[in-house]
Amino acid sequence: MTDWSGYIGLILEGALVTLELTVLGSLLALVMAFVAGLGRVSRFLAVRALATAYIEFFRGTSIFVQLFWVYFVLPFAGVTLSPLQAGVLALGLNVGAYGAEVVRGAVKAIGREQREACIALNLSRYQSMRHVILPQALPLMLPTFCNNAIELLKGTAVVSLISLTDMTFQAQVVRAQTGSTLVPFATILVLYFLMALAISNGMRWLERRVTRGLDGVRT
Amino acid sequence: MAAPIIRIDNITKRYGPLTVLDGLSMDVLPGEKLALIGPSGSGKTTILRILMTLETISGGHIEVDGDQLYHMPKNGSLAPADDRHLHKMREKIGMVFQHFNLFPHKCVLDNVTLAPMLTKGVAKATAEKRAMELLDMVGMADKAKSMPAQLSGGQKQRVAIARALALSPKIMLFDEVTSALDPELVEEVLNVMRKLAVETDMTMLLVTHEMGFAHDFADRILFFDRGKIVEEGRPDEIFRAPKQERTQTFLRKIIAAGHRV
Repeated sequence: MTDWSGYIGLILEGALVTLELTVLGSLLALVMAFVAGLGRVSRFLAVRALATAYIEFFRGTSIFVQLFWVYFVLPFAGVTLSPLQAGVLALGLNVGAYGAEVVRGAVKAIGREQREACIALNLSRYQSMRHVILPQALPLMLPTFCNNAIELLKGTAVVSLISLTDMTFQAQVVRAQTGSTLVPFATILVLYFLMALAISNGMRWLERRVTRGLDGVRT
Repeated sequence: MAAPIIRIDNITKRYGPLTVLDGLSMDVLPGEKLALIGPSGSGKTTILRILMTLETISGGHIEVDGDQLYHMPKNGSLAPADDRHLHKMREKIGMVFQHFNLFPHKCVLDNVTLAPMLTKGVAKATAEKRAMELLDMVGMADKAKSMPAQLSGGQKQRVAIARALALSPKIMLFDEVTSALDPELVEEVLNVMRKLAVETDMTMLLVTHEMGFAHDFADRILFFDRGKIVEEGRPDEIFRAPKQERTQTFLRKIIAAGHRV
């Protein structure tokens, strides 16, 4: 009879790494999504081109390959990152590229009429974006951002390739040591699911908050 | 006679192969109330949109209040207007849209105060006081805290008028402001505009299909067809005794469709 408590502890340690990667990766992805998404609608060709190149590159190559580049190839260029930094960077840049298209789509969805009202009221481009377009675009982004965040959570499993001891990595360790597949993988199944549930509940709460007033009484 | 506040000189507007405005020239005097009428696609709304700098022009010049609208003096000649120049010019002009274009995420009061606070640096308290006066004038003071989605079309349009007035433009453009309204709501908006015409000396340009209102409201009527002004004159001249055949045909159709003249 195996004493599971130590092994479960190992998996929980991995869960913390997964959590850390998810939170930090999501933050970087969020920043990249807005930078590149707004860059895509810039009136400057160079900015648009740069944003497009970033998005197409990171959507068009696999996270697996990106992670290897960040961790194993960047050191040749003099940039050495810790496994966690490399993981956050690769995940954030990858998911950020998808997020950028979400930002662009939501901003575009706020129609011509709102933009024209801004011009007629003599708002600058920045003021229009900040006070009129983005507040209306944000609620449109959230459902897809939620998807992206969950995708990122599940994507964290690839970092075990660069020796980060995340949840999946630990489960494999436990499996190797105990010979049991069911227990470690059932455990991480539940843990991944709970984390994803937390993300979607959090996003739903956020969504309710930002859409408050748009369809009813101001509070 | 005062110098024109708007001087449109030989402007053309093309969308690809389609010519919407074809060498159009017209002047508007300060304080003048002008109604632009004519069939759809005749270019009357395009004129307003060009004046609000929502469209560019393909050729010609426009002078508003002594300055070029789409050009600015640079090294002794005229260069295309930059953002700063456009910002300065837009301050003189306000516009009310057919579909109101209120900001749905802001309450009525915030819709009115947003632009003065952002573009003129007016303090919040001052902006709100002025906004309440304007909302009172359009009969919407009691809805100051409502969201646009809670208002009827007529109420929305009255808020939109207050919002445009909050920047105190010299020129106001009204683009078919009653066309999207249920018939029973048209009158409340027209009443606000009548009040404006009497109480202010703003220059007002109005694109409308409400011939009765155009007749009572305007100092001068311009009849547009196919990107040109076919006929212009005092309301009684245009409506009682139009000289051009195209004007006659248009007015006959409108009357047949049940519009009062």
